[in-house]
Amino acid sequence: MSRLIFDLILRATWETAQMVLASGLVAVIGGLPLALVVVATRRDGLLPCPPVARLLGLVIDMLRAIPFIILLVILIPVTRMIVGTSLGTTAAIVPLSLAAIPYFARIAEVSLREVDPALVDAVRTMGGTRWMIVRHVLIPEALPGLVAGLTVTLITLTGASAMAGAVGAGGLGDVAIRYGYQRFNTEIMTLVVLVLIVFVALIQSIGNAISHHLRHT
Amino acid sequence: MDVSLVQVRNVSRGFGGQLALDDISFTVARGEILGVIGRSGAGKSSLLRCLGALDRPDTGHIVIEGHDLTTLPQSRLVGLRRRIGFVFQHFNLLGSRTVAGNISLPLEIAGMPRAQRRERIAELLSLVGLSDHGHKWPAQLSGGQKQRVGIARALANAPALLLCDEATSALDPETTTSILDLLARINRELGLTIIMITHEMDVIRRIATHLVILDHGRMIENGRTLDILGADTHSPVTQALLSETQPRLPPAIRAKLVETPVPGAHAVIRLRMGGMAADQPVLSTLGRRFGVDAIMLAGGTSEIAGQPFADMIVCLSDYSAEIQDFLHGLAPSLKVLGYVPADL
Repeated sequence: MSRLIFDLILRATWETAQMVLASGLVAVIGGLPLALVVVATRRDGLLPCPPVARLLGLVIDMLRAIPFIILLVILIPVTRMIVGTSLGTTAAIVPLSLAAIPYFARIAEVSLREVDPALVDAVRTMGGTRWMIVRHVLIPEALPGLVAGLTVTLITLTGASAMAGAVGAGGLGDVAIRYGYQRFNTEIMTLVVLVLIVFVALIQSIGNAISHHLRHT
Repeated sequence: MDVSLVQVRNVSRGFGGQLALDDISFTVARGEILGVIGRSGAGKSSLLRCLGALDRPDTGHIVIEGHDLTTLPQSRLVGLRRRIGFVFQHFNLLGSRTVAGNISLPLEIAGMPRAQRRERIAELLSLVGLSDHGHKWPAQLSGGQKQRVGIARALANAPALLLCDEATSALDPETTTSILDLLARINRELGLTIIMITHEMDVIRRIATHLVILDHGRMIENGRTLDILGADTHSPVTQALLSETQPRLPPAIRAKLVETPVPGAHAVIRLRMGGMAADQPVLSTLGRRFGVDAIMLAGGTSEIAGQPFADMIVCLSDYSAEIQDFLHGLAPSLKVLGYVPADL
C-alpha cells in the first residue's frame, strides 16, 4: 500500500468519525428531550397532554420519511446559515444531525416507555416531583437501552455519512465511491470496506460493553 | 386528645362505573398493626392508593396526623407523602442504584445533606440486617433481601405510617416469616403504625392487631383480630377467608359424622379459646378430672398478633352436662360438629 493511499484512508476515517460522533452527540442533545416530552405527554405520562404527544410524533415521522440524500439538498440554505458554508465535513454534520435527532428520539422513546411504571409510583410515594422522577427514575433506569439505541444510531449515521460525499464532506464512503467505484480501483474499495467493517464493529462492541456494564446484573 | 393516627370517614371511590370503595369508615390508633384483607377486586388496592395520597376518594375524608388528604392542595400532598412509607409487593427497587443508593433516594428527595444521609443509611441497613450489602446491586439480592431494602427505604424519612401492599406475597414461606418478624419488631421498637394489605389470612393472624375485611368495596368487619377470629358467628365472606387457616376434619372422619348422638358414640367438638384459656392443658384436664378419652383430630394452639389462640377439633368419649359446663367456661364459642362411632 502506498503512502498516498494510506494517508487518504486515514484522513477519510477521521472525517467519518468526526461526522458520526458530532451528529450522534447532537442526536442525544436534541432527541432525548424530545423523547422525554413525547413520553411525558402521553395519556399515561407524567404530564398528560395527548395532542402534544401526537403532534411531536407526527413531526418525528415526517422528518424520518424524507430520504437522507434529499434532506441533504433541502437543507443547504440552512446549513449555510449555521456553518457559513454548505460544503465540507462540518457542513455535513447539520443534515446528519437533523436526520439523527428523530431517529434517536424514537429509539429513546421505546426505552423510556419500558421503564416499569411501578418505579415511578414508588418515587411519587416518596414525595418526588416530576423532575425528580425524570432524573432519578426514567433516565437512569432507561440508560442501558438508551446506550444501545445510541449505538444503533451511530452505525446508521456511519452509513448515511457516505452520502454526505455529495456535498464534498469527504469520509470513507466518499473515498469508496470516488476512488473505488468511479475509477474501478478494487484495492481502495476493498480497503475502505474493511476499515468500515472495523469501524462499525468497534462502535457496536463499545456500545455493548457500556450497555452491559450499566445493567448491573 | 385523639390518639388515632388515621381516620377514614365515609370514603367512596368509583372505578369503571362500579364502586371500588363503598362508604368505608375506620380509625387506626398509633402503634397498631391493621390488616386489611379481602379477595382480589375487594377494593384493597383502591383503599391503599387513597391512604397513600396517590388517588383521591370521590367522597369522604381521610385524615392522617390531623391533615385531611382529601382537601389538602396538591402542593402540600407531596410533603405529606414523605410522612408515609410504602412497601411494595414487587419491591420496586431502582436497578440503576445500589442498595445504599436506593435507601438514599427518599433522603435526597427530602433534601438531607450528604454526610447525614450516609449516617442514616448505615443505621437503616443495620436495622434491617443488611449492613454488609450497601454496595450491592438489587439484581444481586434474594427476594427477602430486596424486601428488606424496600422496608429500609420506606423507613428512611422516619414516617408516621407504614403502608405495606402485599409485602410478603411474592416471597416463599420461610422468607415471609422473617419479613413479618422484621415488621413486628419495627412496630415494637419504633412504635410505628403499620397498615398491611394482604389476601393471606395467615399474615393477618401472625401480626395484625386489628383487622378490616373488605368485600366488593364494602367493609364487612372491623375490630381487634382476636375478637373477630374468636367470634361465634361470621358472615359467609369472613368464614371463607378464615377457613384457609382453620383446622379441618380429616375426610375419613367427616364421612362417618352423624348429627344425632347414638349410645356409646363419641362427640366431635370444635373449641376456640383466646387469651389465658388458650394456654391451659384442656385435654389432659378432661382426662384427669372426668376420665374422658380426648383425642385431638385437627388444629392446635397458635398465636394471633402475639396472643395465644387455640383452635382445635377434638373427639371426646363422653360429653355429659358436667363436661359441657367445664368446656363452656373455657371456650364460650364451642360447637358440636357431630358424633362418630366409638370404634373409630
